[in-house]
Amino acid sequence: MNVRLYLWQRATAAVMAPLVVVHIAVIFYATRHGMSAADILSRTRGSIAWAAFYGLFVSAVSIHASIGVRNVLSEWTPLNERSVDACAVFFGLVLAVLGLRAVAAVVLP
Amino acid sequence: MTTELSVSLWRGAQNGRYETYRVPQRQSQTVLDVVTFVQRHIDPTLSYRFACRVGVCGSCAMTVNGKPRWTCRTHVAKVAGGGRLEIGPLANLPVIKDLATDMQPFFEKWQQAKSAFAPTKTRHDAIARIRPDTPARKAADAAIECINCGVCYAACDTVRWNADYLGPAALTRAWTLVNDERDGGNIARLEAIAGAGGCHACHSHQSCQELCPQALNPTAAIAGLKRRTAAAYLKGEIKV
Repeated sequence: MNVRLYLWQRATAAVMAPLVVVHIAVIFYATRHGMSAADILSRTRGSIAWAAFYGLFVSAVSIHASIGVRNVLSEWTPLNERSVDACAVFFGLVLAVLGLRAVAAVVLP
Repeated sequence: MTTELSVSLWRGAQNGRYETYRVPQRQSQTVLDVVTFVQRHIDPTLSYRFACRVGVCGSCAMTVNGKPRWTCRTHVAKVAGGGRLEIGPLANLPVIKDLATDMQPFFEKWQQAKSAFAPTKTRHDAIARIRPDTPARKAADAAIECINCGVCYAACDTVRWNADYLGPAALTRAWTLVNDERDGGNIARLEAIAGAGGCHACHSHQSCQELCPQALNPTAAIAGLKRRTAAAYLKGEIKV
């Protein structure tokens, strides 16, 4: 891992730390108040704030996790550097697409 | 106290095997004493490396019961559980023969890390006056006692996984020079250790710190390099 990837991974970790806390708090709030899927969707649909929150979360996760996977592949498999980079980019894109699709499903009106 | 030790020594090159010898146990006996006994009294073809025998030269490091150690200062009583010793060559380095490894990759990485002093003055200038109490000098002093034994390099998981990783010793030496106000090679040095295989490859497992016979802390030095290279990269002083 070079210094550029190192900084991206640390920066995305710093972004995720407070987001994870809020995310877990939201889960506790929703379950403790017995909210149904309809209750939750009524609050998230059309909400720019929730779209921004989870959009940022998904973006940070995609970057952070793909760099981590790149390191694992680089150290534990015989793949060459180009293959490792390609796998990491593919993994990051899959996370981003799946995650943003999920965000769109709960925030789009 | 057992009167005889069961000593397994690595024999051959990379594809060798362990052979077992019986060595008399003595008081205050070091692991190097045991190896020397085998070479002097049982098999004179045994190859191993040592020089000073007092923990200064860094020549005699070997793998002792699974851990890299300086054998001249490692007492048998401390490491030989049940009177058994298994002594092999240092890990993560090519084996030349028996207990002697080829240290060339280890020292080549020192060079790759730009770990040679880059002077900013000539012999005609006055001797630099260095205050010993500045934070930079204290950081440099903390790592300067490295004896290049290779124990940290053999103990490092990242070295085992990543052939390009410069390793704890070379990076600790680089950290010494980064903090040396007389040195003028920092930009090239930081650039050399900011790329793949540089300080950011370290996982901070701290085996280097735990096993360093000089009680140095390469993990802390590498953490310092991570901060220093990150700052230099953000300021645009280095490129990767």
